Amino acid sequence: MAHIGGYMETLQNLMGGFAIALTPINLMWALAGVTVGTAIGVLPGLGPGLTIALLLPITYKVDPTAAFILFAGIYYGAMYGGSTTSILINTPGESATIVTAMEGNKMAKKGRAGAALATAAIGSFIAGTFGTIGITFLAEPVVKLALKFGPAEYFSLMVLCFVTVSAVLGSSALRGLTALAIGLFFGLIGIDLQSGQARFHFGVMELLDGINVLIVAVGLFAVGETLHLASQKKTKEEVITLTGPVGMTREDWRRSWKPWLRGTAFGFPIGAMPAGGAEIPTFLSYYTEKKLAEKPEEFGHGAIEGVAGPEAANNASAAGVLVPMLTLGLPTSATAAIMLSAFQSYGINPGPQLLATQGQLVWTLIASLYIGNVMLLVLNLPLVGLWVKILKIPQPVLYSGILVFATIGTYGISRSVVDLVLLYIVGFIGFLMRRFDFPTSPVIIGMILGPMCEQEFRRAMTISGGDLMIFLTKPISLGLLIVAVLAMIGPKLWELSRKSTSAHQ
Amino acid sequence: MAQEKPSNLPHLLVAAGVLGIAGLAIWQTIAIPKTVLFAAVGPQVIPWVISLFLLATGIGLVIAAWRGGWARDQDGTITEWGSLAYVMGGLILNAGLIEHIGFILASTLMFVLVSRGFESRSPLRDAGIGFTLAFVAYVGFDRILGYKIGSGLIERLI
Repeated sequence: MAHIGGYMETLQNLMGGFAIALTPINLMWALAGVTVGTAIGVLPGLGPGLTIALLLPITYKVDPTAAFILFAGIYYGAMYGGSTTSILINTPGESATIVTAMEGNKMAKKGRAGAALATAAIGSFIAGTFGTIGITFLAEPVVKLALKFGPAEYFSLMVLCFVTVSAVLGSSALRGLTALAIGLFFGLIGIDLQSGQARFHFGVMELLDGINVLIVAVGLFAVGETLHLASQKKTKEEVITLTGPVGMTREDWRRSWKPWLRGTAFGFPIGAMPAGGAEIPTFLSYYTEKKLAEKPEEFGHGAIEGVAGPEAANNASAAGVLVPMLTLGLPTSATAAIMLSAFQSYGINPGPQLLATQGQLVWTLIASLYIGNVMLLVLNLPLVGLWVKILKIPQPVLYSGILVFATIGTYGISRSVVDLVLLYIVGFIGFLMRRFDFPTSPVIIGMILGPMCEQEFRRAMTISGGDLMIFLTKPISLGLLIVAVLAMIGPKLWELSRKSTSAHQ
Repeated sequence: MAQEKPSNLPHLLVAAGVLGIAGLAIWQTIAIPKTVLFAAVGPQVIPWVISLFLLATGIGLVIAAWRGGWARDQDGTITEWGSLAYVMGGLILNAGLIEHIGFILASTLMFVLVSRGFESRSPLRDAGIGFTLAFVAYVGFDRILGYKIGSGLIERLI
């Protein structure tokens, strides 16, 4: 009975959230968010992280509810928009949509773009809705568990998160860890909140307040990306023209609905884990569908299951990422880290207290995710032709325009050339990171999570009187650290054992 | 595979860059004055951990570069040095001029150079597009949304 009472309370909270999210002004924010998000997702090379970073200054102007409804809309919208691009021009904006590009683009080339777009949009809607239901019912139990965590457990959880986002995901543990270390370095710049001591300011007054996450995100994602693309051979991407209506035949529906549900089942739990990441669930979904398909020979030539499943997995994992962000204050993607910094700029402390102290805000945010998903289905099915037009913006205009907006986002807030120079330095670092195959997300996550991690470390050490053993004697903390070590060395050990067995053969 | 690969110079330079950042971190950590406050963990401890972490990754990269560098590098090889120079030139001019001639003109100039970097061959048209975009963005963000983009030659006239 206690459980049912808990669910009733959750539903009541959610209804309260809907009451606020459904006011005309908040519906407008949601519509603005999903529209901007879809447009951004459609444009190759632009992502939700960059967009939300550029919009961070509005946190000084509007109330938190409006800002987070907007950001949530951008976050979900970009996922929808990204699939349109990968289907129509085979340039995946992010690694999670590589799989969609593989099958979706093949479908489009065969004149089945309409069906590919439809199964991607409907799959995204189903996954987004189930994912949001998951957030709704997981939030309170996770918070209950998290409230039992002390500083030591928190520290270990963050260490685990550091290891998974940098060393486990991505192509190289060493380069991932390097990116993380650079992010942690950025995080140290400014005044230490616990002792009031200025650190890492290099004698530059402007650095006493720390580096704004906006500068680092825009530098890495906009300036770095532009420099990288400029340095490469320009290829004219062929946009496949959309012929016929966007929709699916009965056969398409029959082949899509199971992959949607399976993709959701892969995406949400993996996204909700402290590791996060959309790559693993999309690939898992792709290979599962290939195994289960009636016509596996179609895979690689435009199988609809190969679009439906991975797209659902991608969106469900995006929803899953919000669980640790909202309940633990733990960002497992660059976009989540930037949203977390938006909470901080309102003076709201993310973490398990968030749901208690800012319950109304969180429930309104969750309600707006449901609403945004419905809006996105409409925006992306009947109106998909509109987005295809955005794909036709010529490259020179697109990237020059991005740099103009990057200037507004940095110089326009502080009117400080130091910030602009800093932006370009970070952009140059981002360019080198792309050139030499370093991941950039760990920089953002390290920068936001690093100071929080340090704080928990020092709290734990104050409790233990300076004894490091506190991290090993608390069972949850020890368990998390063991998982972190295994995640770090596990893949290497597996590789070694595989090599030695193949050597024996 | 068993063949000894020569060390990879660009990768060695990247590794040296990371070691350089580690050096900056160590320098700034030493520069943190000893606090008089009693605390189990002072403000230097984590900076030391991060400095040593940077040092360790830098050394790891040196070793990797020494052994021939890492794979998957071909995708990123710079082929269009001219384009890159145009874009970087645009950025540098923007940062250098924005305080003197204002956001709108500096951005227009940057727009033209960056477009040239992306192989646009009509600078006059780009200047027109860039000016319009910067003008509209200035009015929207500075006058309506309340950003402070500052004044300049054109801004003064609006």
